[in-house]
Order: sequence, then structure tokens, then C-alpha cells
Amino acid sequence: MKPPPFDYHAPRSVGEALETLADVGEHGKVLAGGQSLIPMLNMRLAAPGHLVDINRLTELATLDVEPGGVRVGALARHAQVERSEEVAAAQPLLRQALRLVAHPVIRNRGTVVGSLVHADPAAELPAVLAVLGGSVRLARPGTVRDVPAAGFFTGILESAAEPGELAVSAFFPLLPPRSGTAFREVARRHGDYALAGVAALVGLDDDLRITTARVACVSVGPAPVLVDVTEACGHRPPASADWASAARAVQERTAPEADIHATADYRRHLTGVLAQQALRDAAREALDA
Amino acid sequence: MNIAITLTVNGVVRQVEVPGRRLLSDCLRHDLGLTGTHVGCEHGVCGCCTVLLDGEPVRSCLTFAVTVDGHDITTVEGLAAPGGAMSPVQRAFAECHGLQCGFCTPGFLCTVTALLRDNPAPSEEEVLEGISGNLCRCTGYQNIVKSVHRAAEIMAEES
Amino acid sequence: MTTKLFGEPVRRREDPRLLTGQGRYLDDLGGDALAAAFVRSPHAHARIRDIDVSAAIDVDGLVAIYTWEDLPALLAQPLPLLIPHPALTHGRTAHPLARDVVRHVGEPVVMVVARDRYLAEDACALIRVDYEILKPVVGVEEAAQSAQLVHDDVPGNVGAHLVQEVPSAAGLGAREAIDAAPHTLAFRLDIERSASMPLEGRGVYARWDADDRSLRVYTSTQTSTSVRMAIAAKLGLPLPKVEVIAPDVGGGFGVKIVHPWPEEVLVPWAAILLGREIKWAEDRREHFVSSAHERAQVQSVRVGFDDDGRVLGLEVNILHDHGAYTPYGIIVPIITSTQLLGPYKIGAYRVEFSSIYTNTVQVTPYRGAGRPQAVFCMERTMDHIAAHLGADRTAVREVNFIRPDEFPYDQGLIFQDGRPLIYDSGDYPESLRMLKELIGWDSFPEAKARAAAEGRRIGIGIGCYVEGTGVGPYEGGHVQITSDGRVHVSTGLTSQGQGHETVFAQIAAAELGVPLERVSVVTGDTRRFGYAVGTFASRAAVMSGNAIALACRKVKEKALRIAADALEAAPGDLEIVDGEVRVLGAPGASIPLATVAVLSNPLRYAFDEEAARATQFAGTPAFDRPPVEEGQEPGLEGRDYYSPLRSTFASGMHAAIVETDPLTAEIRILRYAVVHDCGNLINPMIVEGQIHGGVAQGVGGALYERMVYDEHGQLLNASFMDFLMPYATEIPLVETAHLQTPSPLNPLGIKGAGEAGVIPVSAVIASAIEDAEGIGIDRMPISPSELFDLRRAATGRSTSET
Repeated sequence: MKPPPFDYHAPRSVGEALETLADVGEHGKVLAGGQSLIPMLNMRLAAPGHLVDINRLTELATLDVEPGGVRVGALARHAQVERSEEVAAAQPLLRQALRLVAHPVIRNRGTVVGSLVHADPAAELPAVLAVLGGSVRLARPGTVRDVPAAGFFTGILESAAEPGELAVSAFFPLLPPRSGTAFREVARRHGDYALAGVAALVGLDDDLRITTARVACVSVGPAPVLVDVTEACGHRPPASADWASAARAVQERTAPEADIHATADYRRHLTGVLAQQALRDAAREALDA
Repeated sequence: MNIAITLTVNGVVRQVEVPGRRLLSDCLRHDLGLTGTHVGCEHGVCGCCTVLLDGEPVRSCLTFAVTVDGHDITTVEGLAAPGGAMSPVQRAFAECHGLQCGFCTPGFLCTVTALLRDNPAPSEEEVLEGISGNLCRCTGYQNIVKSVHRAAEIMAEES
Repeated sequence: MTTKLFGEPVRRREDPRLLTGQGRYLDDLGGDALAAAFVRSPHAHARIRDIDVSAAIDVDGLVAIYTWEDLPALLAQPLPLLIPHPALTHGRTAHPLARDVVRHVGEPVVMVVARDRYLAEDACALIRVDYEILKPVVGVEEAAQSAQLVHDDVPGNVGAHLVQEVPSAAGLGAREAIDAAPHTLAFRLDIERSASMPLEGRGVYARWDADDRSLRVYTSTQTSTSVRMAIAAKLGLPLPKVEVIAPDVGGGFGVKIVHPWPEEVLVPWAAILLGREIKWAEDRREHFVSSAHERAQVQSVRVGFDDDGRVLGLEVNILHDHGAYTPYGIIVPIITSTQLLGPYKIGAYRVEFSSIYTNTVQVTPYRGAGRPQAVFCMERTMDHIAAHLGADRTAVREVNFIRPDEFPYDQGLIFQDGRPLIYDSGDYPESLRMLKELIGWDSFPEAKARAAAEGRRIGIGIGCYVEGTGVGPYEGGHVQITSDGRVHVSTGLTSQGQGHETVFAQIAAAELGVPLERVSVVTGDTRRFGYAVGTFASRAAVMSGNAIALACRKVKEKALRIAADALEAAPGDLEIVDGEVRVLGAPGASIPLATVAVLSNPLRYAFDEEAARATQFAGTPAFDRPPVEEGQEPGLEGRDYYSPLRSTFASGMHAAIVETDPLTAEIRILRYAVVHDCGNLINPMIVEGQIHGGVAQGVGGALYERMVYDEHGQLLNASFMDFLMPYATEIPLVETAHLQTPSPLNPLGIKGAGEAGVIPVSAVIASAIEDAEGIGIDRMPISPSELFDLRRAATGRSTSET
């Protein structure tokens, strides 16, 4: 299990990285944390001709709480984001979800943006980006574009990032006032990819009635499945909300597949259970907010 | 095409030329002769290859040597005091029978060393979370968990 | 036993080197060796039409490429069938490199040698093998019924078929006894595949010394002596010119007892051919598809019993999935068949197994070796009986137990060592009493009711087993005291983390009366000890422990005789304390063992002052006797062997409390209790460690681990991502209590402990889940998804609800 040969590039600046990526085009692959890419290389399931290592680009190891949200640079490690009190205060869902991402040692190396670009439908962070309505910033020489979550995850392990583009940051919007979030999942072992998982966001109005309720589900479709259940919850206070019908609405939108760990039915069932739990948790947080 | 890199391994500056695809685990073991770091799966799940990169535990099988050019690495060979006295973590593992075949042990030792540095008195849950990314096939973990608590005790006694 | 070393939790002597990165595992050796890698079959069943290596020839650093056609005559033959048996009428083994047909994904086809492993893999990737794909046979029941054959010359895919039958005391056969019983039940049980999965894979490193025409092979094995004989035979080398060493081994759990692996003969062969050191270190993916698996069985059970739950007749029919080959014979199903009876007196017993070939990785022993399946069968049977009668599960077991005064107890079967299955000792009622107390069996119903009131589901389960340990035929020990007072102990069997260096040193130090620090132990090195069987079947402590004790006694006798001469005392008046031979009751009259060692070896040449005392002009020679008397040997050393009449039978009982989530169907073990009886304990710390580890593997087998093959014979989860070995977060705390019923069969009164922990776990967890859910559990392992399905089937609901 040794990686195949590739040409190694270690740009010293973002500009140089973008030039290199533009040069190598579809033969290039970006190496950030490597926690998903290197296993694939070791198993020779991927064989890029060129590897562009962005680990020297400390200018991308940024974590900024901006007025509208949290901007996470391409080289910010999971652990760095998870530990940031400032981020936790501004956007608590990030920490809630990051604690479920693999194991601490993997989080020391893996990057948030890398997880998004990897676009594994079983991963937590794409669901977080989806439920929050965040975006990913993609750059190539002379151009930068922000792709909203809704358009970013295009399929299993497929994202809107095109050959030659570098995902330089991701943006996670702040929560409106009186809103809360939660992440619930069931994995076979602690730290495994989830059999099913739900990121939830609930927002209340001044009368503490539900005005926003949506979830993003993992492992039940080719990309995070975003479902708005505001209607299903009914415009009611959380205590009398119809969580069960919200959960059913979520289940109806899922199209899970069976694998060796779980049947499709079980995943759908779990998604319902977790959606209910996550929505309740998020509503509780919203009430406390 | 080989690339010249410089690593500071266990406090010693080492220069080596490696291909871009050389895994840090292989570089340490086969280029630098530090075979204490073990390789159990080469896809990042077992944790046998865990080393400290600038003090933080990482999988050396999921890291290219060239990526960490210029950085500090600590391996199991570097955990004991300069005179060779075993560290509190190492001593606790011996005291609590925290190892059997010893193959996973270097990864646990590196992980736990960092864990206790950051959190000198971890709770049971924090210990479990801290070592949750390392597989052991021999011990059933019970004595490893015990070793971590014991190491914390030793460190507290000796500080 | 004079000193307190025996039975003490002595800290392990292995640990300082293993904790500081100074261990030497296979891939830590041979830094300059060439690397081998293999092209392995991607198909479960295919005929090789052609192998085209041309594209690989130009790979930088390539040294050699070998296919079956390159192999010399002896190596071109199929590998040995290690344990023949009359019932194994159609035993089949693989060629070291596939000859024409490949029979499982992962079978080696081409060997590549290159400057390093990266380059060797580059070359492998460029070799084109043209396969004619054949229809694979997957699944043991499918294979038993299939017209498609794994081996053309094995009809029905049946490799072996064996029936053993023990009539009742009244002479009834099992079928008659069942038919005549007041109650009868019939059911079916399934156990899926798992594997040993040591964290260090296999590996071989060979050095050929062309000047000396000798071969040294390091291999990560559980039997170096037998690998040595196999290599000598397969390569046509004189045995004294081959040495095999097991270095530090990163876990075995059974898989490394198989030998010679293809790589164990191919790597040395190529090393000789090329005149270069060569090493192959197995990677994880190879380990999944090219080593061995175990466990998979389908069992059909019929049982007849009386109103008390006493079993009057038991009939078990086993379909055993043997994978593609049978290098280790039919040891696994034989063990299942014979160990199934556990601690019970069964009225009449009939067991029949068919060992079936499938196009999957071969099946050879994994810790427990057929016993987890056996115990699952018997303990599920006990629970079925209890449920049928509405009786307490422990009461049904109790009524069937062999009583303490009934030992030795003959079960009337032939065990895996070809010898009668006679239990030597045990106290099963006491064991059960201790277990019930430890887990709180009698008060559990209240706890369950309290949990139910909170909307929680908890259940309790139990499992009992008897384990034949310390199987023969023999092991040996060699003990030498050198003139520096050090004690050098060696035994031929190998170590994979069991702490042999420590426990064997404890035994030697206690027997000889020397400080532990003076004793060093070497295992698994044929340069030190050439005769051995290997480390499996929980046999190392029993076999080598006793052999070393016996060898020590020989050395001690000689030391006392020599010391008696020197001290002018009778040997019977001497004792050895702290490395000194002393005259009892005469303080000051003593001689160090170091000096005794000097005196034991008459010298012509002195190399130091101590040695001068043993030369021919020193002391007062006795001219009427030769310096080395007839029947004696120079030196203070002894060699002895322990060869038991039959196995010794350890036993134990486990209980667990589990909680199942009413919504998510997740299963959590809240408590796990073990009562364990392995006779006298040499080192309780190490025994407990073995139990913890065994239970953890058992939990893996019960709730997480399975090898999943699709209908094409592809292993779908050949990685640690998807083969779910438990982490610390999945393993419960194990509470242990020891019962010590010494074995009357061996001098130390010990029984084996290595495998015990794993054996009953699936049975215990199934019992507990069944109790929590009120749903029958007849298939293990079980996942939350499967529990969810069972719930739905039980309630008849066809759609999922939250």
C-alpha cells in the first residue's frame, strides 16, 4: 500500500499555487490535510500526475469571525476550528459537528475546507455548510468565485471545484438571533462515518414560535440532503411543535442506499429519529439563545 | 526525482533525500532507521504510526515526508528523557500492563503524551476520546485506560 | 516452589524495549534488503490464460519477476497439508504462486522483487494477467448445494465429513434419545466470518550466506521450528543449514500458526537465487485477502430434554465454511464438534460436520479456534430450553453441570489432538455461584423493571465454556547456568505478546532459587532450541512452562550434586537461595551457582580467575575418576521435555448486561463479568490481560466484525474503515474473578489462558440482547441495522416509523 509516483509541487504563495494548478489542470490534485486523499493514494485508488501541496501556505491557515459569519481558510485544521472559543461562540454548530469528525488525531491534520471539497455524503461538514447556507470560495489565477452550498455538492465525492481551481476558504454564516443548532448522528464505532446523521437549525420569532426549521442529512443521498421543515413543524412554539411530522417530512426526502453496515430502511428510520432529536435540541438551544 | 528535506527528529536535525511520495512513516523507519514507529494499516485507521508533529499527534502514514520539511517530529524513541529514563507515560504503561505485543504501543504513547500535556487530569471520558483513534488487538484497552490515568498521577506527583 | 515469584503479578520484562521503540519486529529488520510484492488475483475464481510482464521490465529498481513457471520442482508442488485426518478425504492446498486456477481474491500469482516496496508495487501494477473468469462459489449453504465446484476433483465441494456419536448411559443414540424426550426443540444458528487481524501483518526476511551455504529466515510466525523444517524440505536444504527466528511479533491470534505461507518459501528461495537479502512485509490489504479467516458456520440443532431442562439428547449438524483451501486440516470443525459439550453432561450426543470449499480466503484457527461457534451453539441451546420451560437460565445450566466429584470426566469423544476428551478438573457450580454474585444475577429482574419504567431496555446474558488447553504432543526447555551466574532459558515455541519472557523467567527463577534479574529467556529461535510445536491452543504456559520447570529441576539436581562435592555435604542437605547453594542449617557454608557452573566444566585453559579454578592443575583431582564421568556432560545445563497424556481443560463463565436503544437499535454493553479458572496462576496480571483482550475480540465478533463477501467472491470490507475492529470507546470494562482448580496432569498444576476470553462472548451478548428485546437471537454478529430488522419482523410492521 504505497502511493503511486506523482510530480510534487510545494508552492510558497497562493499565487504560485494557483499558477501551478492552472498549469497541471485536470492532472493536478490539491494536498491539504491529506486525511482522505492519502489513504486513496496508498490504496492506489487515485493516481494524480501532480500533487500541489498547499501546506506551506500559512496565509491560508486563517480563521476569521466576520460580521456575517465565520470564514475558514483552506489550511485551517479541524482541531484549530474545533478549539476556537471565538468560533464556538459565533457559530456553535461547527464545534458540535467537528467533535464527530473521525478521531482527534485525524482532526489535528485534516482541514475543514478539504472535507468540503472531498464531498463525502457521509461526512459531517458538508451537512453543516448546507444547513447553514454557507459557501465555498474557489480561486484560479485572476478569478475568485463563491459557490453556495446548494450548488457546491454535486455528487458522491464530487464538488463544484473544477480542475485548476483552489478552494481557498469556506464561509459559515452566523445564526440569526433566537436560533439554535444541533448535530446528531449514529455511527457504528465512535468516530466512524455516520450511518445517518442530521444537522438541524431552528429559528424562533419574538413570540418564540418557530419561523425556521431545516435539516441537512448525511449518508442518505449522494450529497447532503437539505430539507426545510418549517411548515411541517407548524408555526408554533417548540413545546407544541409537531416534530414527528417534521421527521416524516425529512424521511420522505431521503433516498438512502443499503451498504454492508445498514439497510436503506434502517438509515431512513434513523434519519427520522435523529431529525426529531436534532430539531428538539436545536429548538432548545434557540430558546436559550 | 528526490527532494532534499530537513527534519528535526527527537531533537536531532536530520537531512534526507526522498521522493515526493515517500510517506513520513517510511521515511522515519527506513530512511532514518527509527523503526519504533509502526505501520499497521497505511490508511489512517489503526494509529500505530502516530508521531508528534510540532508536538501534535498525527498519522505518519497519512503524511508525506516532503510536506513536513523543516518541522519537528517526535517519535517513540524520543519520549524518554535524554539520559534514557522512561517518561511517566512509558512507566505507567509498564506498571499497568498497558501493552502486550507492543505493536500499537508507540502510537498510543505519542497520543497519550500529547493528551496529558494538554489535559493533565483527564476524566474517564476524555481519556476514551483521547485514545479513541488507536486500535489495540491485544489488551482490550482496559489497562491502557488505566495506564493513562496512572501516567497523569505520576506526572502530578513529579511536578 | 520455594520463592514467591510463581503466582505474583511480576512486571513484564519485555516492556522496557517495547516502550522505547527498541522492539524488533519483522519489518524493523533488514534495512538494506530488497523488497518483495505480489500480484494477487482480483477474481474469486478464474483460469490464468497468460501473464504479460513486459510493461514492468522497465520499472526503475526492478530486480526480478517470478511466476509459477519459474519455480523449481519442489516449490512448484502444492503447499503442505499440515494436519491430515482420515475424514479429510479431499484436502486441497494452494501452490505458492497460482499454477493455472485462482480460487480466491488475493491468491498470489506473481512475485516481484525490487529495490524498495514502492517500486515493487509500481511493477506489480504494470503486470497484466489475462484471466478467464469462472463462476465463483460463495456462501457455505450455496456451496453445499452448488453444481459449481471450487476444485474440479472435489464433488459437492465437500472436503471433509465427520460424524461423532456418544450414546446415552442407557445405550440410546442421540436421535432416539431426542425423540423419546418429554420436550424437543429444533433451531438453526449462524455465525459469520471474522479474522485474527493482528496489527502487525505477516512478514518474512531471508538472508542467504553464500560462503557458508546457510540460510537465516526471520518470520512473523507462531512456529519457527516448523517453518524451518518446511523451508528445508521445500528448498531441498540440509536442516542444519537453515535457521528460523521469530523476532518480536505484533500479535498472532492464530493466523500466524499456518505455515509455510507462500511467502515463507518464496522469499528465501529468491534470496538464494539472487544472492541478496529479501524482505516481504505484508500490508493490511494483503492481510485481508491473502491470509486466513475463521468462524463461519451454519448449525442445525435438535435437542431433547426433561422437565428440569436436563439434556437427554443433542444432535448438531454443522456446515463449516473452509474457504478455498485446507492447509490446516479440519482442526476448527473438530474443535467445534468436541468442545460444544462445555461443562455439561449431555445424555446422548451426535455431531456431524461437513467442511465445504468456497471461493473465499481459507479458514484456519483464530483465537478460540472453533470454540466460540461451539459455545454459541450449546449456550443458545440452554437458553432455548430455559425459555421453553420458563426456567431461569442459570438453573437449566446448573442441572446439566458435571459435578466437582465426577472428574476426571470422559466425554467419550476424540479431541483435536487425536486423544480422548477427558476433563481433568474443574468446579462449575462454584464458578456459576461466583459469576451470579459478581454480576448480581438474582437482583437483575428489579433493575430491569426499573429501567423499563424509565423507557430503557436492558438485558442480562450468560455463557459457559470449557476449553481444552495445552495440547501436545510436546514442548521442550533448555536451561543453562553460565559461569557468570546468569541463567539462560530457551524454548522453541514463539511469543506474540503473551509475556512469555516474564512468566518463563518466573518459573525458572522460582525453580532454581535465583533472582529474576539473572534469568533471560529466548523463545522462537531455532538456533537456541530446535524442537517445538508452536504457540496455539492456549498451550505455551502449560507446555513450555512445565518443560522449563522440568529442565530447571534437572539443572538443579546437577548443581546440588556438584555443590555437594565442593561443600562436602549430602545433596539432600542443600538448598538454593538467591543464586547460592547453601547447606541447610549451616550459615556460611555456601557456594554461588556461578562457581558451581565453573566447576561443572573441567577446563584445560583458563580465561579468567574463576575459570582457573576448573583447570586440571587446580584443586585436588581424583585420579580414579575421569574428569567428566560416564553419563555426565560438561556444563551446568539441562534440557527436558513435557509431553502430556492429554489436554488440560480450563473453564469459565461470562455474564453481561446490555442496553438496547428503543429508537436507534444501538447496542451498548453496560457491564461485563468473567469468572475464569485456568488452574494455578503464574502471573495474575498477565492472565487478566489475556482475558481483557480476549473479551474485546469477542465483543468485536459479537457486535462489529464480519467479513462481507458479495456473490462474486469480492471481500467488500477489506480495510479497517469497514472491518470494524472496536476502539477503546466500544469495549466495556471487564470485571474478573479467578477460581483456581489446579490441573492434576502437569507438575505446575496450570491450564491455558490465552484464548479463554474470546470464547463465550457471542453467546453471552446474544443471550443478553434476547433478554432485553424478547426477540430470539440466532445469528451473530448483530448490528443495530439487523436488530432493527428483527424488531420489525417481530412486530410484523412493514414500514419504518419513527
